[in-house]
Amino acid sequence: MSPSPTAAQAGPNLVEVRNLHFSRGKRVIYENVDLNIARGKVTAIMGPSGSGKTTMLRFIGGQLRPDSGKVLVNGQNIPELSRDALFRARAGMGMLFQSGALFTDISVFENVAFPIRAHTRLPEALIRELVLLKLEAVGLRGAAELMPAELSGGMARRAALARAIALDPDMIMYDEPFAGQDPIVMGVLVTLIRTLSEALGLTTVIVSHDIHETLSIADYIYVVADAKVIGEGTPDELRASNSPFVQQFLNGKPDGPVRFQYPAPSYRDEVLGRANQSGGRR
Amino acid sequence: MAAVEQVRRLGEGTIEALRSLGAAGVILWQAIVMVPRPRTAVPLLVRQLYSVGVLSLVIIAVSGLFIGLVLGLQGYNILKDYGSESALGTFVAKTLVRELGPVVTALLFAGRAGSALTAEIGLMKATEQLASMEMIGVDPLRRIVAPRFWAGVIAMPVLAVIFSAIGVFGGKLIGVDWLGLYSGSYWGNMQSSMVFDKDILNGIIKSVVFGVAVTWIAVFQGYDCEPTSEGISRATTRTVVYSSLAVLGLDFILTAVMFGGF
Repeated sequence: MSPSPTAAQAGPNLVEVRNLHFSRGKRVIYENVDLNIARGKVTAIMGPSGSGKTTMLRFIGGQLRPDSGKVLVNGQNIPELSRDALFRARAGMGMLFQSGALFTDISVFENVAFPIRAHTRLPEALIRELVLLKLEAVGLRGAAELMPAELSGGMARRAALARAIALDPDMIMYDEPFAGQDPIVMGVLVTLIRTLSEALGLTTVIVSHDIHETLSIADYIYVVADAKVIGEGTPDELRASNSPFVQQFLNGKPDGPVRFQYPAPSYRDEVLGRANQSGGRR
Repeated sequence: MAAVEQVRRLGEGTIEALRSLGAAGVILWQAIVMVPRPRTAVPLLVRQLYSVGVLSLVIIAVSGLFIGLVLGLQGYNILKDYGSESALGTFVAKTLVRELGPVVTALLFAGRAGSALTAEIGLMKATEQLASMEMIGVDPLRRIVAPRFWAGVIAMPVLAVIFSAIGVFGGKLIGVDWLGLYSGSYWGNMQSSMVFDKDILNGIIKSVVFGVAVTWIAVFQGYDCEPTSEGISRATTRTVVYSSLAVLGLDFILTAVMFGGF
């Protein structure tokens, strides 16, 4: 196994993805993909729905194994780790799921305390202080005794964020943090993500297709589509990019390299009932 | 071509069946082998014993009573024709302890607790709670599946014993209190004819086996289900159907081994 995480601290990248291949059935999700996630920076992975952005987070977290390629986190190749080593490596990562994924049978307080209780043996008084500190950071100290079902969507996501940073991880991953939120909550989340990243020196990975919010907080952006990285750079570099795909994606044009139509035989053939008879007849 | 397609389908079905058997085996193995720290494990187990065992008590008690009442009536009428009503206690107790106690308890348990386990774990999977637990660095097999599995295995024999005991009282209500059988012959014949290892121990072994089977099926179906609402509903149905069939099938095998005389 690789040396201890601290020994590898020298590199500028916390996560390095190399030659990643992955397919589901016949569908290729990633083909020969390389990614770097810089320490202490906010890196965004953007792309259309279904392009496998969330899948990338699952590789980094070790919940899925790629068909081939390396996913190095702090120098450790995640797909090769044993089950125990993987669970130890995960203690250094926080992840915010799209739905929040709070445990519904315990209160907000207990949710945030969960990782602390699972990994440490701190006295109860100290746990209480830590939890209240984290809840204060996301503005939910007053909601500590509520059950997750009593929270609004935005509050649930903030509570989940408090839980994700409970153990002061090196890295935090956000899966579609802005999806389905109202403008005020989006603003709150944007500020929170940026502040947390700067105040705690967190390495941040955001998977999102909300262009405006993501461009406003990311230091570096990867755009993925068609199983490849089709554009990368700082927000300004991307805006200036002349790739037709990047332009379609950033400006939200309905048709372009990404087709509006799902692949289908020509409309004329289908209406006239000839589509299924022979592939060669046009 | 059609024949080739048939063969292909057969192969696909077989591979899929073997895959889920293997996955279920891995889950069972990890639930049994991975013993968590007692400090966290004991409260978790107690909580599951409550929701799986204590909350099933009412349905088990009521069903046990009614089965006992029916056995008392049927048994009395059959035995009366042979002039051996006094054997009613033996009849009721042997039927319950050997067969109906473990089997009916397991069937009720599958419907009451097994389906709830599947739905609960399935919903945790669908709402990403299992995935987020993994990312926190806590193994859901250890934290969620193992305590539920052990609670089921422990609760089942206890519930079966309670079922049989209440059933025996039900038989007494009918035979002694209603039909006027002498209570000394009800209890006395029962006590002298029951053999500890042949009757009671075999009954308990059966209910432990059923407990393992039903809870294993329930937690596996929940853990392996497709994380959608249809997926959970299909998994819950499968839990009840598979557990019922497994219980009845296993009951025949165990009965053949225990009482088949070979």
